[in-house]
Amino acid sequence: MMAFFQQYGGQLLLKIWQHIYISGISLALGAIVAVPLGILLTRLKKGAGIIIGFASVLQTVPAMALLALMIPVFGIGIKPAIVALFIYSLLPILRNTYLGMMNVNDTIKDAAKGMGMTNFQSMMKVELPMAAPVIMSGIRLSATYVIAWAALASYIGAGGLGDFIFNGLNLYQSDLIFGGSIPVIMLALITDYLLGRVEALVTPRTESE
Amino acid sequence: MLLKMEHLSKVYPGKKEVLSDFNLDVNKGEFICLIGTSGSGKTTVMRMINRMLNQTEGSILINDEDISKMDPVKLRRKIGYVIQNVGLMPHMTIRENITLVPKLLKWSEDKRNERAKEMLKLVEMPEEMLDRYPSELSGGQQQRIGVVRALAADQDIILMDEPFGALDPITRDSLQTLVKDLQVRLNKTFIFVTHDMDEALRLATRIVIMSHGKQVQTDSPDNILRHPANEFVKELIGKDRLIQARPSITTVGQIMLKDPVAITPGKSLIQAIQLMHDRRVDSLLVTDDAGILKGRIDVESVDYSFNTATSVGDIMDTDVFTVDSDSLIRDTVGRILKRGFKNIPVVDDNHKLVGIVTRAALVDIVYDALYGEAHAEQNHPSTGTSDSKKVGDDE
Repeated sequence: MMAFFQQYGGQLLLKIWQHIYISGISLALGAIVAVPLGILLTRLKKGAGIIIGFASVLQTVPAMALLALMIPVFGIGIKPAIVALFIYSLLPILRNTYLGMMNVNDTIKDAAKGMGMTNFQSMMKVELPMAAPVIMSGIRLSATYVIAWAALASYIGAGGLGDFIFNGLNLYQSDLIFGGSIPVIMLALITDYLLGRVEALVTPRTESE
Repeated sequence: MLLKMEHLSKVYPGKKEVLSDFNLDVNKGEFICLIGTSGSGKTTVMRMINRMLNQTEGSILINDEDISKMDPVKLRRKIGYVIQNVGLMPHMTIRENITLVPKLLKWSEDKRNERAKEMLKLVEMPEEMLDRYPSELSGGQQQRIGVVRALAADQDIILMDEPFGALDPITRDSLQTLVKDLQVRLNKTFIFVTHDMDEALRLATRIVIMSHGKQVQTDSPDNILRHPANEFVKELIGKDRLIQARPSITTVGQIMLKDPVAITPGKSLIQAIQLMHDRRVDSLLVTDDAGILKGRIDVESVDYSFNTATSVGDIMDTDVFTVDSDSLIRDTVGRILKRGFKNIPVVDDNHKLVGIVTRAALVDIVYDALYGEAHAEQNHPSTGTSDSKKVGDDE
């Protein structure tokens, strides 16, 4: 253990940072695109099924294949990895945003409209706050996926903790495999916990104590 | 004319007409109940008024202004809206809920806070409720807030869509009282959708009965009970309800005893006590020679003042609660029972004593409503006359 840290300590920190960087940017981009898109879908009810269906199809492409498919377009390195992971992060966020907004009680939406809220006011003051916890749980789910799959990004030269795991596999060195996997797991758990806290924060209060 | 609806119809593509040729003029301060079975178009009409639905044909004018030419958002802010499932915003405090429309209208915060307090007072709820959330209130309290939310921006027209349908009977009763009181006190105009005939009879100044998108009858509750337009209306009112609702069209004059025991103020106390003895009563109404009611005396006051006073006029209680012979039992029975009097003198417009209502007579009314179906059916629809005879017999 100590020997592992002495040998790979500096490298480990770098790889963790790369891992966080890749997943963080993919997830942020995913949220920036999918949340507004999900909201938009609730306003044009007809296209929603098609677009969510399309996102579902993207989700079923095997991760390795998707990463490989990125190479002809973006070459190798961090960029194709971020694009691939971004595509993966879309569906859970998109679907949760759409469902979260749609599942806001019709009575409440009717009341908001009937009292004279504009479409935009109803969205910002009523639907979005009430859908926030569901949207946040979509982001949380995506975060866990993205962190796990970011390990594969090493395969197309993006770096990250996957480097340890693949090196370990190639050299048949189990300490490298563990040294890569355990930080990935911890990263995922910590992120999930932190985003869980955020989810609690954005959940609107409905009781006074 | 506050609200004018002309030749309204609604057709959904591919379906048959859900509303056809609906006409209604509403004056300020009216309480209109739209009633009918589901699919009768009653909610359709209501939702057209704040443009939650647009009519296929026809026009709606508010203060002579065609609402189809108005901005729907601005229109809705001027019209109160209360729905069945309350529709309070669960993530907003009671204060925020009440002042939602004022906020949309950009009232200052001070003014909004003040209005929130005022509104809460109106429905007799404590001020500390302001910072609570809807989930912490009972169903009845929530709908009270729902009602005042519709009033908070001084809306003149209030639309209500089966607002009390989901409440238990006792809570519903107290909310009906509240709404009726607010309507009278604040002179607001209500358009109220319901499928509960009792509710409509109790609240409405006019009832619009609808079936399959058509207006069947539009009239005052009393006229609808007296002259149901057709079998459908009779069915909707229901045999049981016709009987139960009977006190609502019976006047005090029909059930009163026509020969109250009275005495003039000039008579001595001895004469008064003798009269009580002869007629087996414990109190006397005091009238002048023309029969105008002046006061009342009872046996306790005679006994108490026997040595100090001489005439009936000296000891009579001039503050007497009376009812008018034309007033409806529906409107007076509650007051009579609440005040706990044994009997109430009935007077005409000139305050002339014409009769007396006893608690025994009220018992008969209640008895008939609950058990007297067979008896009532014989007399229907000309109600009341045999009742007053019966009261007389019992006495």
